[in-house]
Amino acid sequence: MIGVLQFPGTNCDMDVIRVLREAIKTETRPVFFKDSNLEDLDGLVIPGGFSYGDHLRAGAIAAKMPIMSQVKKMAREGKPILGICNGFQILCDAGLLPGALAKNIGLKFVCKWVDLRVENNDNVFMRFYKRGEVIRMPIAHGEGRYVCDEKTLREMERRDMITLRYAGENPNGSMENIAGVANEEGNVMGLMPHPERASEGILGGEDGKRIFESMVRCISLK
Amino acid sequence: MRARITVRLKKGLLNPEAKTIQRSLELLGYKNISGFDTERVFLIDLDVESAEKARREVEEMCRRILVNPVIEEYTIHIE
Repeated sequence: MIGVLQFPGTNCDMDVIRVLREAIKTETRPVFFKDSNLEDLDGLVIPGGFSYGDHLRAGAIAAKMPIMSQVKKMAREGKPILGICNGFQILCDAGLLPGALAKNIGLKFVCKWVDLRVENNDNVFMRFYKRGEVIRMPIAHGEGRYVCDEKTLREMERRDMITLRYAGENPNGSMENIAGVANEEGNVMGLMPHPERASEGILGGEDGKRIFESMVRCISLK
Repeated sequence: MRARITVRLKKGLLNPEAKTIQRSLELLGYKNISGFDTERVFLIDLDVESAEKARREVEEMCRRILVNPVIEEYTIHIE
């Protein structure tokens, strides 16, 4: 069973649930942020949106909600946790991933399809991609500029934690074109692009689908 | 007692908002600007007896949620 976490202001939850249920054919349930029991879950997706209206910092308030201690427990147990867009911001602010997402360098909300290069396929979410492969997914964010200190950046490179980089122009000013990062164990990943909006041909592309397929495959192999 | 928390982006991190405003001021003819920055202020009223207690509590708030130490720094004034 995969859970899709809903905070007030989350707005991509139904899209992710649809993809997991219809395109990937896997059991999925919404998880309201006040739910107290996540024991039945094998994996979790924190979808995009504007949790708590993006007040304070994007993702900051959601990241400190009590349910996050259970999310951290799942992460420690090695269960896959995927943060998309606002979900990525939440994972960073909660300390589950290194770095932070600052305001886009152009200050504008950017909404378009982008090319992305797969930097690392050795984690729970990227198995079905080739290293160096260029894929297309849409982005839609105002605070997507990935930043961290130099030491963390080198450490991430050394440990192969950068999973995706923007392959064309850098849409938000992210350090070293970073679009997605994973933890060292490879079971927690965050990315600014929206794989759920690129999982069915009718929406313009299917390049994002393999992230969910890989996640589900890794769960079923356990 | 009132705590005034000032939060700003760490030095060296590009602040695109400040850059944009500075450019617009220059467009308006202000040629002598050598630096421009933005900060954010939180004002918190606290029912506590001592400034020390207020500071302790506000420090904890900053660490727990108000400030992201990866990109921000802060100062606290108790008034």
